[in-house]
Amino acid sequence: MPPSTSSDLTLSVNGEKYTLTVDHRTTLLDALRERLDLTGTKKGCDQGQCGACTVLVDGRRSVACLQLAVAAEGREITTIEGVAEGERLHPVQQAFLDLDGYQCGYCTPGQICSAIAVIEEHAAGWPSAATADVRPEAGPPPLTPEEIRERMSGNLCRCGAYVSIVQAVARAAEEAVA
Amino acid sequence: MTTATRGAVGTAHTRVEGRDKVTGAARYAAEIPFADLAHGWLVLSTVARGRVRAVDTDAVLGMPGVLTVLHHGNAPRVDSDFIGMLGVPPDPSAALFQHDRVAHLGWPVALVVAETSEQAREAAESLVVHYETEPHDVAFSAGRESEGYPLDGHLPAVAEKGDLADRLAASAVVVDAEYTTPEEYHNPMEPHAATARWEGGRLDVVDSNQGTSWVAGELANLFSLDPAAVRVRSEHVGGGFGSKGVRAHQVGAVMAATVLQRPVRVVMTRRQMFSLAGYRSPTAQRVRLGADADGRLRVLEHRSLNQTSTVHEFVEPSAAAGRSMYAADAHHTASRIVRLDVPTPTWMRAPGEAPGSFALESALDELAERCGVDPIELRVRNEPAVGPVSGLPFGSRNLIACFREGARRFGWAERDPRPGVRREGRWLLGTGTAAASFPAGVGPSTAAVTAEADGTFTVRINAADIGTGARTALTLVAADALEVPTDRVRVRIGDSDLGPAMIAGGSTGTRSWSWAVQAAAEELRRSLVPGADIPPEGITARSNTAEAIGALAQKERHAFGAQFAEVAVDPATGEVRVRRMLGIFAAGRIVNPLTARNQLVGGMVWGLSMALHEEAVRDRASGGVYGADLAGYHVAAHADVPHIEADWVDDPDPDDPVGIKGIGEIGIVGAAAAVANAVWHATGVRHRNLPIRPDRVLMAGGDA
Ligand code: FES
Ligand code: FES
Repeated sequence: MPPSTSSDLTLSVNGEKYTLTVDHRTTLLDALRERLDLTGTKKGCDQGQCGACTVLVDGRRSVACLQLAVAAEGREITTIEGVAEGERLHPVQQAFLDLDGYQCGYCTPGQICSAIAVIEEHAAGWPSAATADVRPEAGPPPLTPEEIRERMSGNLCRCGAYVSIVQAVARAAEEAVA
Repeated sequence: MTTATRGAVGTAHTRVEGRDKVTGAARYAAEIPFADLAHGWLVLSTVARGRVRAVDTDAVLGMPGVLTVLHHGNAPRVDSDFIGMLGVPPDPSAALFQHDRVAHLGWPVALVVAETSEQAREAAESLVVHYETEPHDVAFSAGRESEGYPLDGHLPAVAEKGDLADRLAASAVVVDAEYTTPEEYHNPMEPHAATARWEGGRLDVVDSNQGTSWVAGELANLFSLDPAAVRVRSEHVGGGFGSKGVRAHQVGAVMAATVLQRPVRVVMTRRQMFSLAGYRSPTAQRVRLGADADGRLRVLEHRSLNQTSTVHEFVEPSAAAGRSMYAADAHHTASRIVRLDVPTPTWMRAPGEAPGSFALESALDELAERCGVDPIELRVRNEPAVGPVSGLPFGSRNLIACFREGARRFGWAERDPRPGVRREGRWLLGTGTAAASFPAGVGPSTAAVTAEADGTFTVRINAADIGTGARTALTLVAADALEVPTDRVRVRIGDSDLGPAMIAGGSTGTRSWSWAVQAAAEELRRSLVPGADIPPEGITARSNTAEAIGALAQKERHAFGAQFAEVAVDPATGEVRVRRMLGIFAAGRIVNPLTARNQLVGGMVWGLSMALHEEAVRDRASGGVYGADLAGYHVAAHADVPHIEADWVDDPDPDDPVGIKGIGEIGIVGAAAAVANAVWHATGVRHRNLPIRPDRVLMAGGDA
């Protein structure tokens, strides 16, 4: 008997359970886009270089093109389709909309998922390469534009909407502490 | 001409499709589901020149899920001998599998179609293709100018006025410098993708492109179909920048859908885009400026060379940039091409102007230095009254107003002109400026505007919104022309069935479509009787702008701008950081300040990226690009981009019904020169080869 090249598994995405049979070669990104019709997560490079496929896996940001769907079983996955509360946009989404934090929109779901995690990572005290004082007791540094740019640098935007993206992330971060 | 009266035009409006974009609901070309969809995967040549001897299809056809393998031995015939809507023949790499010749590395040699993309990909990667290899030549350099020849593109190759030698001899100061720019790739974030199917006797293609009228026309020509039998849709497009016309992916999808009689999707991989999606040719340029001691130009000579493929001529008209900018007694410009075993380059954001302005505006900065004249004052002294070569009047020219406003906001008056004298810790600081210009063009379009029975209005215009905000801009234009609030207007775009319209390209899209929308909307408003009932099918007015555009008087029509940059250079590491940029533009009426500012800044980010990061290096041994992906090809990332400001001076185009000139490209023009001029100001070293990499800064030394 030839070795099996597919498996049955259950993926937990945006709080819902999906049971499906996947080819072992299927990435989490392709499973979302091609099998679950969750096409909000974008494919910009398929090799971990652009950030367009950023999703939250157990709350941490992660590029969906570099993991296999079979390895995502048991994880809680959040995609762009799952970050709003019903009709109410997530504050990061609202800030992107209001401040025009995009142009073509193709990098946008990845930028937004990344930004949501950046704000949480920062609040939890994670330093970045732009952080002057990285001692744990120094506490979270101010979330300056430099900090945001450094932390968001895994998400390319070829339209060059970086200036308004940074403004949108800063506004959403301010609202999160307010 | 009337201008809109209700004030939607000129007022910031968030994107009408914005909610769909931030929630992931907006579907791009590869995201529309189709029942019974099959997946195609392109196979590209691994040699740079030669012939395909054999394609071993048997082994691959036996692999799970594989449905067919198309190649030059079995593919449907296409006819590529035509001139399309934009006045040029198609890129031969899109006329798939018509012969066994391989014209460059990454030439498409087969398409594997399977039930799933995983199956198609594995089979494509397993397919063995045998080649007869011939020696190839991909070595572009300035030294090859003598092998090149001038080529007219969208601009004439050569323009000559006055006696060069005589005027050079009469010049008190001569700047003679050579500049190079590398291969640059558009890399829109969304890869090229198309799904094709036959539906009710018509070819139906869902695609990512810059104009569905254009792409539908090309496909009809290629497959010898009645144009009415082809429908192309492209609702949301993840960037284009010149790369998204007819390419191998649509043609492959149509061939496979025809052979298999089921829907087939073909998506380019990021790496395939470096062979199949076009690029900006490298350029080698020489600029000679001759001037009086006070900087008044007597000579402007600009020669440019670019590469093209062996199968198609494409000119990057870099030398043409100065023809509308500066007057000189002797004015000689020529753009030439040399043919190599490389993919065919194409239009990329500000073709000609982007690399051309880097050379010309850098040379002007050198001239300012040599004459001891402020760079802005130098441009004021060389401001022409009419087109320097054409003698035609300008539509409007507010370049100096841009410099004055920019200088005020940037703090230019406090600038010490001496290079290499400002230090801040490990950094040397400098500022630079450059001028920008881009033609203000327009193309014929049709539109229909319907008054619906429920009191709303539907606008149908086959526009493409590739990130420009066109959908929103057209909503504002229609609302003003109809004299209704914007929320009563719905704009439908991106479907060739809506009727012929201009593409999103050459900064002409929003201007061309707005003209048509405004004409139809005004006609509708005039025909509506206040208070009268609207029938269920609505009342529709239509427009076609071909005649009005054809009647436009010949003028020098351009947008202008002034670019400013401040950089910090670390002489110990060679690192260059851009600290701030400011661009002030005179670019016609600004329809939507929110999206316009974003687009202009985006162009400036491209200029920064061109100045410091972007470079594809072609390997002479293999003939291909090293590191053909987003790790090997650097585009500016968040951490590279400081706060950048773009703004504008009042400059409505007097001959456009809405006053628009177009803003898609002007933002990149001159931006790289402003950065390079700032690097000189910081270090005292001129960088004439892009990008200004750390190793180049280190090798050049400097005052540190
Ligand atoms: S698609 Fe995953 S990082 Fe680019
Ligand atoms: S909005 Fe187009 S790539 Fe970011």
